[in-house]
Amino acid sequence: MAVYRFKTPISEEEVRKLKVNDVLYVTGTIVTARDQAHKRALEYHKLGKELPVKLEGLAVFHCGPIVKKEGDKWVAVAAGPTTSTRMDQFEDEFIKAFKVRVVIGKGGMGKRTADAMQKYGAVYGAFTGGAGVLAAKAIKNVRTVEWLQDLGMPEAFWVFEVEDFGPLSIAIDSYGNNLYEDVKKKAEEQRMKIYEKLSA
Amino acid sequence: MTEFKKVVEDTALSLLKLAVVQLPSDIKDALNRAYKEETSEAGRVQFEAILKDIELAEKENTPLCQDTGIIIFYVKAGAKAKDLDAIETALQNATRRATKEIPLRPNAVDPFTQKNSGDNTGRYIPYINWEITKSDFVEITAFPKGGGSENVCTIGMITPGEGINGLKKFVIDAIIKAGAMPCPPTIVGVAAGGGADISIKLAKASLLRPLNEPNPNPDLDKLERELYEAANSTGIGPMGLGGKFTVLGVRVDYAHRHPASYPVAVAFQCWAARRATARIYPDGTVEYLTHKAR
Repeated sequence: MAVYRFKTPISEEEVRKLKVNDVLYVTGTIVTARDQAHKRALEYHKLGKELPVKLEGLAVFHCGPIVKKEGDKWVAVAAGPTTSTRMDQFEDEFIKAFKVRVVIGKGGMGKRTADAMQKYGAVYGAFTGGAGVLAAKAIKNVRTVEWLQDLGMPEAFWVFEVEDFGPLSIAIDSYGNNLYEDVKKKAEEQRMKIYEKLSA
Repeated sequence: MTEFKKVVEDTALSLLKLAVVQLPSDIKDALNRAYKEETSEAGRVQFEAILKDIELAEKENTPLCQDTGIIIFYVKAGAKAKDLDAIETALQNATRRATKEIPLRPNAVDPFTQKNSGDNTGRYIPYINWEITKSDFVEITAFPKGGGSENVCTIGMITPGEGINGLKKFVIDAIIKAGAMPCPPTIVGVAAGGGADISIKLAKASLLRPLNEPNPNPDLDKLERELYEAANSTGIGPMGLGGKFTVLGVRVDYAHRHPASYPVAVAFQCWAARRATARIYPDGTVEYLTHKAR
């Protein structure tokens, strides 16, 4: 296990240093996107419409934060990850279209996303589910928010400036390794043994 | 507003705040113990983040997880208590205030229009589970239930012929299928019998029993320990990244069943097992049972 600290924009060369089980901390810009924001960003891309930030080399975070307004500034209160599998249907296109280098979430992603990560150079960093304050502490500034009006607080596209955002456990690397698949395979191998023990 | 209604509203607001900010000590103890025993590298990284998050949330007096859940209350209504009809509105008001004042994430969405109500209230939400007791006090438990662990809850009908072995398999299958999704290490509530609705309700309510309280029924206690060992030999581990601790505890409950049916329900609770309970006595005094009042 190696520990890396990267600043955005992250290059393909940098991201390809990361292997599963490594730990990454990100400093720079990350954007949140859940189901609806992924869908809309890809629609914008198709129509040639600009997003509020250029995503190349940034991290996309599967997160629906609690954010509160202090004066005219937004402050992140709690901002842990949401379940990433819901975004599997968009993520390969998203990585291809926007060249994000790090996808942050919880619970892992499937082969389609892992294949895109291998092809275009990106990784999946697992942030501890539920650790919402730990995440919020690393968010130093809320730069902007898009689509808040109609998508609401959890689904909006938040742009955060972060410092040492992590620990992100690299669970899918750009070489086709997927820690979740390994764990699942092992659990599957255990299943019959567990049955036997339970029925003894 | 009657005095009682105000006490209920204020108490429920405190309970919601306590629940989302500070985990009960039985949960914290279990997480600390698990961290000491966890051997997987990725698993230890997860436990470190979890314990740091718990500490930060308490220090900053802020919700430990951004998913402050759909709001559920369990109310034990003493038959000798007065103004019980005021409780429902008081709990709704408390939920609205909590959303604004703590703040909670607005999590109540109309399933047909997809519109978020913005204040955590809506049709049947906050949901109230009522129980009438012989006492003169009202006991309220706030149980904010996160979406990640809810999404893998399951109920199935095994055949009575499969019996207890079928139940065990069903539980293990549910845990393996859930994998990383419910933010392990989880607490798993299992209930058999009753009917489809009764089993899942019992399974969910069983999640409220503190981890340091064994099942009073020795046979069920044994079953809980057996399922705990089995769940933790899947290797799924903290956040599904591999390790010894997939669950912190298993709770089992049951109702008698129809001769032809054998419902089995499995309810999951993420490691952020948030609950807070208080009693309101007839003279208006409030006793907090799970937390020290802030």
